[in-house]
Amino acid sequence: MRNVSIVGIGHTVFGNLSDFDLVDVMAFASGNALDDAGIREDRKIIEQVFVANMGGGIINHQTGIASSLVSRMDMEPAMAELVENGPASGASAVKLGYMAIASGMVDVVMVTGGELMRSVTGWEGTDFVASLLHPEAEYNYGLTLPAYGGMFTRIYMERYGLTERDLGLIAVKDHQNGAKNPFAHVRVPCTIEAIHDSENAHVINNYVAEPLRMYGMCPVSDGAASLILCAEDSPKMKYFTKQTPIRITGIGSATDTHCVHNRKDPLVLDAVRLAAERAYAMAGLKAEDISFAELHDAFVILELAISEEVGFFERGKSAEALRNGVTAIDGAKPINTSGGLKSKGHPVGATGVSQVFELVKQLRGQAEKEGRQVKNAKHGMAVNFGGFGNNVVAVICSRRDA
Amino acid sequence: MAIDKMEQSLRPPQLDLKPFPAKIITLANGEEMVVREVKREEVGVLLGTIQPLMGVQKDFYDIVASRMYAEILGWFEYRVANEFVLVGAINGEIAGIVNSRLIDGKTGMSYHTMTIKRGLRIGAQLFAAKMEHHIDILGNDEVHIVAESPNGFKRWMIEYALEDRSSRYPALHHELGGVPTFTLTRELWERVKADKCTGTRPVSPEKLATADKLKMPSEYPQIPGFKRG
Ligand SMILES: CC(C)(COP(=O)(O)OP(=O)(O)OC[C@H]1O[C@@H](n2cnc3c(N)ncnc32)[C@H](O)[C@@H]1OP(=O)(O)O)[C@@H](O)C(=O)NCCC(=O)NCCS
Repeated sequence: MRNVSIVGIGHTVFGNLSDFDLVDVMAFASGNALDDAGIREDRKIIEQVFVANMGGGIINHQTGIASSLVSRMDMEPAMAELVENGPASGASAVKLGYMAIASGMVDVVMVTGGELMRSVTGWEGTDFVASLLHPEAEYNYGLTLPAYGGMFTRIYMERYGLTERDLGLIAVKDHQNGAKNPFAHVRVPCTIEAIHDSENAHVINNYVAEPLRMYGMCPVSDGAASLILCAEDSPKMKYFTKQTPIRITGIGSATDTHCVHNRKDPLVLDAVRLAAERAYAMAGLKAEDISFAELHDAFVILELAISEEVGFFERGKSAEALRNGVTAIDGAKPINTSGGLKSKGHPVGATGVSQVFELVKQLRGQAEKEGRQVKNAKHGMAVNFGGFGNNVVAVICSRRDA
Repeated sequence: MAIDKMEQSLRPPQLDLKPFPAKIITLANGEEMVVREVKREEVGVLLGTIQPLMGVQKDFYDIVASRMYAEILGWFEYRVANEFVLVGAINGEIAGIVNSRLIDGKTGMSYHTMTIKRGLRIGAQLFAAKMEHHIDILGNDEVHIVAESPNGFKRWMIEYALEDRSSRYPALHHELGGVPTFTLTRELWERVKADKCTGTRPVSPEKLATADKLKMPSEYPQIPGFKRG
């Protein structure tokens, strides 16, 4: 297969962007990616556009988003398709972009993920995301993603002795990173004393889906991120001299049962494990080779559970690593250096693209000026978690000299 | 003398309002916010804090700031009846302001909630303090509330599940724009208070002293690059 590199990256701030429409927001990120790649004037070299979005048709009453973005960017006649895979839409779009190039069909692809979730109330937003659950067996009973996050957390706590304080420590770590990320939604650091120990904690960090509190889950965000991909053997690589290209070395994805109750053990996330194994096999790497990772912590427990499934830590042992600072930015295995979904935010369709954006930024060494650079980063891994673990995509990016 | 008389007739009658006992809240980032009542002689620093936000369209800061400016000036000049103003201060710097007034001893009319420092849910804490003052301290049975921004609507109408009194409109309306009102009743407050309202009392004299002399914010997240002239 052809080697594919990421040659341009773009991002909007995550947060409340309700002054703009969905395609505007995607266009901001896409424009940033074109500038970063140095091809704004030459943008018509892009042959294919993949747009990741989950809820445009439901909450923004907008369809045909991919064609609309191409038109807004004056990039016709590029081919354009929308990719929807729930909260993993972003990484799925990266995967399809990779496949389009690796197959030899095209040389240059733009992948843009975006979501505008704040134009509706929190309840409507929660309901829209819950539409990915099984309609009769889950959704109809009032299940939501935060409810699943809460139940998963409770079982994990009972089985492995995890405490609410440990959950708070994940937030503290993620917010420390997110506070330094200019694109993050909640850019304030938090302390464990304030969000857990203080007598005011029950209100400033209230329960949302017990035992998960506000600082145990991602905010509802608007935002977009964008990547430009190019075949390394293409003559078009000559356009991309502005930045160090970062290679996509592994991509894997896997599915699991739609209903969580059909799994033998609700704590075992088969799709995460398989997606990671497939990505490792393709990259010829092992868990220990990964320098840092962006793991889908929509609910902080998922950072722990995913880090175990992908082989960073033994089952039930990730909290120990967290307490010992292993996953901090200066630890042996930094996790969620961008602030993660927890602090950076989670505009669902944008998230997977944003995770890969962070991998590229770290691997280029460009997080240094923000004071959150992982030292000697060679290989980064992103895990984008769709459904409640029923469709998961893992992406590994590497420095070309690694 | 004639002017004094005229002035006297311009001033509304005032109820004697009990003071709000100061409290302190540890915010998520570990900073401590003193919530206390503002004294009339502190109005200048409040107006200076609010004024730059009068030009910020996003999230309807312009409407909220302009109206709040007028309400607080009105309080200072004795043109509003039974108004009170609370402030949240971190190391003396104003992080948020709320104001309100009483129609009579039983009914409150909530005016505005202005959050300057964002990301720490300061507005939510100050709004709760305002409701605490109305119901628990001043003994109101209900408070009329409206929102001018979607943020406010989500925070108050939806989260507090306020009673929709629009069926009694226009006889019953809110003073802010004469619009149909929502209402927080004592019963609703008792139901949500434990989850919404916090703060430690009494505040030690040292901590209270940090908020003695209020300072205008040095930066506004709503106004990138802001420099006070
Ligand atoms: C946690 C949650 C209930 C909070 O809702 P909310 O109170 O309406 O939050 P808002 O977005 O209106 O923000 C209100 C304030 O809280 C802060 N905030 C919001 N979510 C936060 C979070 N998760 N952690 C920390 N602070 C948060 C905001 O910065 C904002 O601060 P400010 O008012 O001082 O500026 C909501 O973010 C949520 O439902 N999250 C889960 C989303 C989800 O399920 N996504 C899909 C997963 S697959």
